[in-house]
Amino acid sequence: MGVITKIVNWSRLKSPWILHFNTGACNGCDIEIIASLTPRYDLERFGVVLKGTPRHADILLCSGPVTKQVECRLIRIYEQMLEPKFVVAVGTCSCTGGVFSGCYNVDGGINSVLPVSAYIPGCPASPKAIIDGVVKLLKSLEEEPGAKKK
Amino acid sequence: MHDPGEVKIPFGPQHPALKEPESFLISLRGEKITSTSIKLGYNHRGIEKACEERTYIQDLYLIERICGICSHSHSTCFAQAVEEIAGLEVPARARYIRTLIAELERIHSHLLWLGVAGHEIGFDTLLMYTWRDREVVMDILAMLTGNRVNYGINTIGGVRRDISPEQKEEVLKAMDILEERTKYYIELATQEVTLAKRLSGVGILSNEDAKRLGAVGPVARASGIERDVRRDDPYAAYAQLDFKVITSNECDVYGRTLVRLGELMESYSIVRQAIQKIPDGVISVKAPRKVPAGEVVSRYEAPRGEDLHYVSANGTDKPERVKVRAPTLANIQSVSKMLENRYLADMPIVVAAIDPCFSCTDRLIAVNDPERKTKNTVAWEAIRLKGIEWYKRQGIDFTPLNKKLKSLI
Ligand code: SF4
Repeated sequence: MGVITKIVNWSRLKSPWILHFNTGACNGCDIEIIASLTPRYDLERFGVVLKGTPRHADILLCSGPVTKQVECRLIRIYEQMLEPKFVVAVGTCSCTGGVFSGCYNVDGGINSVLPVSAYIPGCPASPKAIIDGVVKLLKSLEEEPGAKKK
Repeated sequence: MHDPGEVKIPFGPQHPALKEPESFLISLRGEKITSTSIKLGYNHRGIEKACEERTYIQDLYLIERICGICSHSHSTCFAQAVEEIAGLEVPARARYIRTLIAELERIHSHLLWLGVAGHEIGFDTLLMYTWRDREVVMDILAMLTGNRVNYGINTIGGVRRDISPEQKEEVLKAMDILEERTKYYIELATQEVTLAKRLSGVGILSNEDAKRLGAVGPVARASGIERDVRRDDPYAAYAQLDFKVITSNECDVYGRTLVRLGELMESYSIVRQAIQKIPDGVISVKAPRKVPAGEVVSRYEAPRGEDLHYVSANGTDKPERVKVRAPTLANIQSVSKMLENRYLADMPIVVAAIDPCFSCTDRLIAVNDPERKTKNTVAWEAIRLKGIEWYKRQGIDFTPLNKKLKSLI
């Protein structure tokens, strides 16, 4: 591994920037994501910063089942992110569709549209679980130098 | 007709200032907004239809997940409707526990709002402060119900968990802490000049406009309309409790902030009264699996305003029709009015000030025209194709992209 790659990897692992997108969630998971960024849980101590635009983000945190309306927007947001990029499904409905599976306007979990790197279950996924999930994702990238897209 | 001085800006569905997917098309003339059109529906999941396919008790949990912030509001509203059709008498203790959870939910929701409002005006310290304090009430909710959000405490005919004397102590302790903090926020809101300057005169909704556009909740109360379902049409245990309806005549975002802060103080007092007055007894009565035919409209004062559920039963174990009118749908009409001739920079805070919840709002209504006698039913696939065509005409083609992604999975 070249020195440059090492530096890039190191910096990437120390400052993963996230983008949060609600794909049809009930808001429960969204407020838990924000709660995990605020003082009690403070995800920022891992260098995680919430960003406003896909072009700045490394990790896309999705919450909720994918509704038909949001599907193509989600793909577009994913396309705008720079490589390497990772998708994390937060909450039971974004993992599998959850209570909303079978609704006529719902496709299912995030994995029905995008490749997902980590699943965080729970309805809603508690801030502790979100922190655990993000840290595990970072760990797995560490073990896998080059951090290829899955 | 195209006006050369006018610029149209699409805003959303993904935008840093928006927490949920919705989109606005704003027409600007210079820095001023000339018109806004709001497009909803990104969050439409089809819950009302899904309710018809599930049993009442399953529906209760589905309805709870309409919105993760006011989940108790929706589930109580629905349970009340079903109980009324089935003729169930909810035990007094259960009514008090419902009231208790409802007020705790209002506290968490209003604290959350205060933080978000602070964030929208660039006052992130306030966001961090209020969300830190909000954890106190989240802990209490987790202790009483077992979950931080989507409490699942309601069941048809009562509640599922009792409250113990130790828990009562904990709740009272938390109320003291929060009251202290809220006093500080009130002081901040009334004395901090920058905050008052930024918020007053922004997003004006006059009393007449609020009435005409059917505003509800804190938005209506901040325009001087004294309307609160808890007092006007008491449900749960509100008839036995003593509280004030907070109003303000400021008619702007500042007024809405003051109303919500005042409501926080009222909520602390309601929680204390409920803890003190809670009677002994059972917490639920047995509900029949099948609910007799009938229809009911149930009202509930959610943190964002009046929530309305219509349930129609047909004698089976599944409802015939469920209709939800969430408070944001009533308030969203007034946003265009508030934004008229205002600056673009005011937009995030004006939208945030109605405390919108689009997960609640995204329902579908089919309007039939009796004159035309024909029903316009379009298959989903046809709409999709039409959408693809429309985007192609705009020069955006998703087909190769879609194919590429499908191959990746
Ligand atoms: S997992 Fe639960 S809390 Fe999260 S978005 Fe889905 S229904 Fe809401």
